[in-house]
Amino acid sequence: MASNHLTGIGRESKQLATWYFTFAAILFGAQLLFGLVAAIQYVMPAFLFEVLDFSVARMLHINALVVWMVFAMFGAVYWLLPDETGIETVGIKIGKLLFWVFAAAIVVVVLVYLFIQVGPADEMSIWFIHEGREYIEAPRWADFGIVVVALGFVANLFLTGIKGKQTGIVTVLMADMIAFSGLYLCGMFFTDNISMDQYWWWWVIHLWVEATWEVYVGALAAYGLITMLGAHRKVVEMWLWIEVTMLFGSGILGLGHHYFWIGTPEYWWEIGALFSALEPLPLVAMFIHVLYDWGKTQGEQDAQGKEVSVIRNKPAFTWFVLNAFGNFLGAGIWGFFHTLPQVNLYTHGTQFTSAHGHLAFYGAYATILVGMMYIAIQGTNGIKVMNHTKSSIWAVSLLTGGMMGMTVALTIAGYVQVLVSRAQMGATWAAYFDGQSGIWFAQAMDWRLIMGVVMFAGFALLAKDFLTTGKAPVHQR
Amino acid sequence: MAKRSVWSDNRFWQRSAAWITGFASVLLIWLTFDTMAQITIGTDADIKNGVTKRVPAPTVINYKITYEMSTKRGHEVPIIGGNDGQGMSLFQEKELFFGRDDWSEEEAAELLHLGKLGSQVKNCMNCHTLLGNGAYYAPDLTKAWLDPQWGPDGSMQAMTGKNTKEEAMAEFLQNPSKYPTHARQMPNLGITAEEAKGLVAFLKHMSSIDTNGFPRNFGKIEGAVHGK
Repeated sequence: MASNHLTGIGRESKQLATWYFTFAAILFGAQLLFGLVAAIQYVMPAFLFEVLDFSVARMLHINALVVWMVFAMFGAVYWLLPDETGIETVGIKIGKLLFWVFAAAIVVVVLVYLFIQVGPADEMSIWFIHEGREYIEAPRWADFGIVVVALGFVANLFLTGIKGKQTGIVTVLMADMIAFSGLYLCGMFFTDNISMDQYWWWWVIHLWVEATWEVYVGALAAYGLITMLGAHRKVVEMWLWIEVTMLFGSGILGLGHHYFWIGTPEYWWEIGALFSALEPLPLVAMFIHVLYDWGKTQGEQDAQGKEVSVIRNKPAFTWFVLNAFGNFLGAGIWGFFHTLPQVNLYTHGTQFTSAHGHLAFYGAYATILVGMMYIAIQGTNGIKVMNHTKSSIWAVSLLTGGMMGMTVALTIAGYVQVLVSRAQMGATWAAYFDGQSGIWFAQAMDWRLIMGVVMFAGFALLAKDFLTTGKAPVHQR
Repeated sequence: MAKRSVWSDNRFWQRSAAWITGFASVLLIWLTFDTMAQITIGTDADIKNGVTKRVPAPTVINYKITYEMSTKRGHEVPIIGGNDGQGMSLFQEKELFFGRDDWSEEEAAELLHLGKLGSQVKNCMNCHTLLGNGAYYAPDLTKAWLDPQWGPDGSMQAMTGKNTKEEAMAEFLQNPSKYPTHARQMPNLGITAEEAKGLVAFLKHMSSIDTNGFPRNFGKIEGAVHGK
């Protein structure tokens, strides 16, 4: 991403944003690559057996996911901060230094995952190899590094927000990012009690992806609507506060839906069921909000007799609309499918969860963060109205089509597992393998792999578009 | 000037967001205190006094554990040391674990510590599920200790040439690819004899955790699909 057009206030902050986006895009590719390895292993179990086992491939797959999203989220904040506050980000030099610290730490962690993989059962392994806790496997030393980097990031955000103009979007981000960073501390201890372990582990995972990250997405969508459509800030920010009310109102206690079966008391059944069942509502609101603002601004334009689209960045806006719908579909609908304890008793720990996880992370987060990358490409290349290229259309179609196909395949696999392994056979070792060896399950896994390849092709085109669209002649400059 | 409605007032929604978030957070913290008290690991004295804990003491490895229907709760619960007939533990019937049923509180805790460390370091959770959480590439381990596969009627004791459940499990964990059961195999993770012992203790302890009836009907149905 060339930065020759980055001039004026906020130049440094936006340049740092492009660094974050670039590293995030690379990790996105790595995520898909290791996902493919794991998908192949479902179909051909001998593939890379005892070389790069499923456990390692999957750890890399989900860690690359979390880290690329965090990088892109930090990047997006550095991008929008000067626009919102009207000043250059405070402490940008430290911000840039911390980027390199963060990136270097991630590279070391990945190399250790890949080449050391597993150690003896002692504290040293937890400190220097990995912690073996899904999504937050990073070894303890890296935890402390992440805390330092996150503190620096939050400090930059706060100092800038206090010094500059404090818009509603910035206020929401300040409150949200401090919670987001603080929650990471809940995952930084070891206990022999696995129920206790998982209780706090969910504070990190759930209160990230079903609370703070969702609010973050609301703020990002608000920023996007203002910059891409010229939507009215007052209306957009009112919606944002409504979304925050609904997201935190449902999402914080919705945490209870992870506490049905981990040793925690029964009252979590009712609390988890009630609040998590409400979680899709704000996602509906967010979808309506995006379409409403789009229709409203376009309608005003049309009323003046101007027959031009109000969208200043078509590829980014495509990704933002996909986000609004994908969030509702993947997180909302697919989540609601199995959130009630009566259903979850049988679906918990099956491919059903995996189907939901894939579509939710993609729909709620990947989409909007890719959209932000397009906004950055527009800014760094001095483009007035950014249009689609052939690659950008193919990229979004293949990535989204592949993800939908994969989700359907995994959902079918989940059904087979729920019915055969759980309901019919009672969840034992033999029951598990009876479910896995069924023809419907096997076919679903074949389709999942095919759809994974489709996604990967989509990513290749996305990467190509990122590298070339800045200079493409289709845009208005 | 017309009076503006509160529903389209940004400050109203900003305050609502703050109050509702605050209220939800306080409620969560309050519930957390209650849950912490309920899931704190029990003591050997609890077991000796017949006190049922959601997460029992590590010395539970000295006892026979089963998973049976509780008439009061309407689902299965772990039964430790015998059933009173209603689905409550009697904490009486012992069971040898690696040849002993007198593991002291310290010894058992040490074994559990090693096993829990092992479960993380060996990355169990990125193939298996534990308490239903993890990856879906291998069977759930929540009640693995109670799986008929490892019992006297299962195939694993004969396959590994061992006479007890714990020894069969430990042998398998040390050399998993030597005993393939399916095309999808467990890789060799360099698990030592001592680590394997810890891991089996960890599994036995996990099977004694009260998971509110998850998984349902565990090990009760044999061959329903193929009509064995």
